[in-house]
Amino acid sequence: MAWNTIVKGPAEKASAVVGDYDAARSAFSWEAARAELDGLPNGGLNIAYEALDRHVARGRGERVALRSVTKDGAVEEFRYADLTVRTNRFANLLRDLGVGRGERVFSLLGRVPALYVAALGTLKAGSVFAPLFSAFGPEPVRTRATLGDARVLVTTEAMYRRKVEPWRHMLPGLRHVLLTGGMSASAEGCIDLDAALPAAGADFAVVPTAPEDMALLHFTSGTTGRPKGAVHVHGAVVAHHATARMALDLLPGDVFWCTADPGWVTGTSYGIIAPLTVGATMVVDQGEFDAERWYGILERHRVTVWYTAPTAIRMLMKAGEEPARRHDLGALRFLASVGEPLNPEAVAWSHRVLGRPFHDNWWQTETGGIMIANLAAMDVRPGSMGRPLPGIDAAIVERTPDGGVRVVDSPMTAGELALRRGWPSMFRGYLGEEERYCRCFAGDWYLTGDLAMRDADGYFWFVGRGDDVIKSAGHLIGPFEVESALLEHPAVAEAGVIGIPDPVGGEAVKAFVALKPDWTAGDELRHDLLAHARRRLGPAVAPKELEFRAGLPRTRSGKIMRRLLKARELGLPEGDLSTLESDER
Amino acid sequence: MTQPLATAEDVRRIVLEALGDIAPDADLAHLDPKADLREATDIDSMDFLNLVSALHRRLGVVVPEADYPQLATLAGMEAYLMARARP
Repeated sequence: MAWNTIVKGPAEKASAVVGDYDAARSAFSWEAARAELDGLPNGGLNIAYEALDRHVARGRGERVALRSVTKDGAVEEFRYADLTVRTNRFANLLRDLGVGRGERVFSLLGRVPALYVAALGTLKAGSVFAPLFSAFGPEPVRTRATLGDARVLVTTEAMYRRKVEPWRHMLPGLRHVLLTGGMSASAEGCIDLDAALPAAGADFAVVPTAPEDMALLHFTSGTTGRPKGAVHVHGAVVAHHATARMALDLLPGDVFWCTADPGWVTGTSYGIIAPLTVGATMVVDQGEFDAERWYGILERHRVTVWYTAPTAIRMLMKAGEEPARRHDLGALRFLASVGEPLNPEAVAWSHRVLGRPFHDNWWQTETGGIMIANLAAMDVRPGSMGRPLPGIDAAIVERTPDGGVRVVDSPMTAGELALRRGWPSMFRGYLGEEERYCRCFAGDWYLTGDLAMRDADGYFWFVGRGDDVIKSAGHLIGPFEVESALLEHPAVAEAGVIGIPDPVGGEAVKAFVALKPDWTAGDELRHDLLAHARRRLGPAVAPKELEFRAGLPRTRSGKIMRRLLKARELGLPEGDLSTLESDER
Repeated sequence: MTQPLATAEDVRRIVLEALGDIAPDADLAHLDPKADLREATDIDSMDFLNLVSALHRRLGVVVPEADYPQLATLAGMEAYLMARARP
């Protein structure tokens, strides 16, 4: 069915950061966006300085920067001045430990205050911050720490014992492990962060980083091979700031809740950096999703701008209207969603039940910030990702035989979504993989790997991924990483991993496995394989389902044909089978 | 057809079986009944929803979302199911 456009009235247009889309597009320049920030007093640009110190320098240090809600509902508040001092101490600690510019500081933490201090303290010190999702198992952590050449890891003792200690000896470059939340005497070769921080100096002159200096390392998954470490630079802060203003309608003084975990790019760009550069108060919930809890947080903290994900919105819809109606959500001014396409039902539901529609937007790890969005003053077409932000040129392209691309102008024609290179938060490389990086570009265009369409009015509509990457609960999962873990089990001869539709998570990870001779398929072995995968990969990446096959479909070059597994699983047409060499049995 | 449940042992067995299907890596023999179940068994929110629907299939108990907090621990889950699965 067709969904009605949600029309914005004059009041919404008058109060929005971007009131007139076309006028804003033609007036926009990245130079002007840069001028909204201060820059370092003696030249240079540093994300953490823009997020914290400049507010203190301008007399705004007493404002609340971070309101952290613990699992039991207690609230801890940090002012901009508090975070400035704490991050100074963290930066001094890194300096005392001899951690240099450009060296990587990893975090493996829940959403505790120490995570925010470590992130911004690392950036002040000129080192590079690489956040990992705390639900990763030991294998994804080891892979990423190895690829990123981790020098420092900030985590808790419980996670260290389970996910790091067993392989730490294999990574001599990991010189320091800092533990927060308590440390027992038996934790060898670790530093008690909570004890070391107060002993470090409270003053720190932010390292004069240049706009092109590496600041952040975010890992993302591809179809083949290892995860990729997308490199972002300090200059990206210009885009973090400008896009939060435009796409999230974020204003100084807003109470902003980004529900994403900083282990994913959204939780860093918009869960740490952007709201602080704007001068908002961030609400951070250390607990997990629960409908009652979430409505309670929105009400109690008077959240004005809320940025969440389709999986969470669908779980709220499952919880029904009654809990929403029981809470006063009157402070909410703007609702946004990212992570996967937001289904039109969810947009209509939020408009009806929460009184405001969710505004879907689109971006990815490589883009560093929001690229295409439904803006506050723009009519919402439910199901569309919106229009390109001022400063961003997007197009639908098709690849040509000579390796280039051609722009597809006709409306509602599916093709690859491409962005004209040059915005400040564009990734500057995949760490150590120049060739893989170059393959993402054709001339002036960055090729996103997503398939989309553009309608006659310039709204973009998501069609699908151009590859086999799985999107579950808003997280990108590389099938290769899952297959590799399964293949480490002695029973497994072949593994193929796909995403299957899931009513809440969008997709769920499903594995097909062929066994070596002498092994017998059965429930016991299935449990054993699932347990093996969960131990290695953690619950966010491991398969939720596993089926045995006598053999898997392969191409002539020996690649598992995931596309065919998926088509058969879903009862879809099997498509071109000309490359099929051996079929599944 | 769900059999009338007689004992707490039945409920515990069914919960642990369902949990074992979803998180076979978890050490269920040493699970503290009062511990946060999601943390102790390392299950995420999709796993938890799968657990709720498995319990629905096995015990015929529909758990409304508002009651999820009561299922936060093994002890809480058993008490909740005991109160509803009986004929």
